[in-house]
Amino acid sequence: MALADIPVAEVEAWRARAGRSFAEFAESRVAVGALAVVALLAALALLAPWVAPQNPFDLSQLSIMDNKLPPLSRGVDGQLYLLGTDDQGRDMLSAIIYGLRLSLMVAVVATATALVLGAGVGLLAAYAGGRIDAILMRLVDIQLSFPAILIALILVAILGKGVDKVVIALISVQWAYYARTIRGSALVERRREYIEAARSLALPHWRIMFRHLFPNAFPPLIVVATVQVAHAIALEATLSFLGLGVPITEPSLGLLIANGYGYMLSGSYWIAFYPGIALLVVIAAINLVGDRLSDVLNPRLNR
Amino acid sequence: MLAFLFRRLGQGLLVVAVMATLVFVGVYALGNAIDILISPEADQLEREQAIERLGLDRPLWVQFAIFVKSALTGNLGISFVHGEPALDLILSRMPATLELAFVALVIAVGVGIPAGLLAGVAPRSLLGRGIMTGSILGFSVPNFWLGLMLILVFAVQLKVLPAGGRGETVDVLGIPLSLFTLDGLRHLILPALTLGIYKASLITRLAYAGTRDALLQDFVRFARAKGLPERRVIGVHVLKAILIPVVTVIGLELGSMIAFAVVTETVFAWPGMGKLLIESIYRLDRPVIVAYLIVIVLMFVVINFIVDVIYTLLDPRVRLSGQEV
Repeated sequence: MALADIPVAEVEAWRARAGRSFAEFAESRVAVGALAVVALLAALALLAPWVAPQNPFDLSQLSIMDNKLPPLSRGVDGQLYLLGTDDQGRDMLSAIIYGLRLSLMVAVVATATALVLGAGVGLLAAYAGGRIDAILMRLVDIQLSFPAILIALILVAILGKGVDKVVIALISVQWAYYARTIRGSALVERRREYIEAARSLALPHWRIMFRHLFPNAFPPLIVVATVQVAHAIALEATLSFLGLGVPITEPSLGLLIANGYGYMLSGSYWIAFYPGIALLVVIAAINLVGDRLSDVLNPRLNR
Repeated sequence: MLAFLFRRLGQGLLVVAVMATLVFVGVYALGNAIDILISPEADQLEREQAIERLGLDRPLWVQFAIFVKSALTGNLGISFVHGEPALDLILSRMPATLELAFVALVIAVGVGIPAGLLAGVAPRSLLGRGIMTGSILGFSVPNFWLGLMLILVFAVQLKVLPAGGRGETVDVLGIPLSLFTLDGLRHLILPALTLGIYKASLITRLAYAGTRDALLQDFVRFARAKGLPERRVIGVHVLKAILIPVVTVIGLELGSMIAFAVVTETVFAWPGMGKLLIESIYRLDRPVIVAYLIVIVLMFVVINFIVDVIYTLLDPRVRLSGQEV
């Protein structure tokens, strides 16, 4: 339905462009490897209930006898703890997989919502122009002049703890980036002939904006969204580490690290170490993919 | 140019006004202002006195006027926990944060610019690719976790550096600083490194892109054609070209460092205003939270304004198109 309204030639050109971009993306082995890592971690997170050795939130499965065991040790029932256990005898590997699940979910939901919101605002600004554009973009400027961590901290301090509050904070932090990016590319597209043609057909404004302007102004947002997912993961982890993010009952990676902080000084390093490695790997892999994408999608650098 | 700066100043004041209003709405309009502004331990008499003093029994717009008036006179309430004026508390913690952010910035620039230049000159070499991959790792590593790992290695395992605190300080012009004592320096190095590494990666990438861009420009070709040694072409001509974007970014990054210090200070028990904020959030010490927000917004507006001035001085294009910006 959505595609049917866009002229066939446009769809084909878009497909060809996407195909070329993908081939170019695949030229970098590092980027392909990073993409594979992201896919693998996403699959692990999605399938957590089936792949994790135990359910870390089910207290009946934990045995307190097994607390703070180092990596590769066996518990009282003979099960292997690949990455050790925490202070409650929870298998760290399982806790990390479930924590990753929560971290990724929060980041993806927040990014997707912020993308829709920001893209709407940016398109409106570019399409309407004039005073509406000036006001919206001033708002974006002001928001972007404050660091994300500060805005998120303030919001969480006012709203309180909880997964939903963290998502709201992340959305509020992110929308401005999308608004600014899509406005830039939409301003260029707006002067193209196909928009003029659509206008002369007297199509409704919303239809020109979303069916014609949006698909063509969209590609730069892919890079921003990729980088922002990584930022969102890091920000959520930071808030949770500070004890202002997700509740203690379902720890994300940041909270696992905060929990391990207390035991680190007494030598149980693995409780804080491995969740951090998981965070580092997922954020670095997403950033590597984003880095390559921006090279591929930015024609200025193709030389 | 003057018109441009005045417009920016006006904008800055507008931001302060908007933020103050938001803080007011957050504290007074949402939730019960009495619970927020009066300590839960106050007895009935104290409560009534405070309600009258803060005007909480008056209409909302009168309350807003009182809030603005007391904020303008620097009276941002008294901390529930410390029993001191919130503003004094924030200001007394500010030097520690500024010192940390400043040293971190020096590390970021000192590492970032040379690394970016090296990588930009030889992007395909092992060193160049290593630096760029390293920079991606550098801004991917969660800041607080990096701090923990530094503590683990240097404080727990090697036992060469302290795990937290500020160490011995010396008063310079009445401001206590750690920078000038050996003990203070030993306490400063890990938090500053933690805070600086993320920004070092960003500056590396910025310098890298700038160098690659500059190397294709005519002035570099001309300098080479003149027969200047490569050292001078890179060290003087290219460096000058990449400094403009870097200098303007540094101002903004200083602000962002001060905000990010919240995390680093918590990890290293560094007694700055960021740690104070987190403690105040835990203990619901709301006057301090409000005071922190207002101080930090003011600081940001001032920093952004200074950056704008520097930018105007450095880049003639902004100066000339001042009318349109």
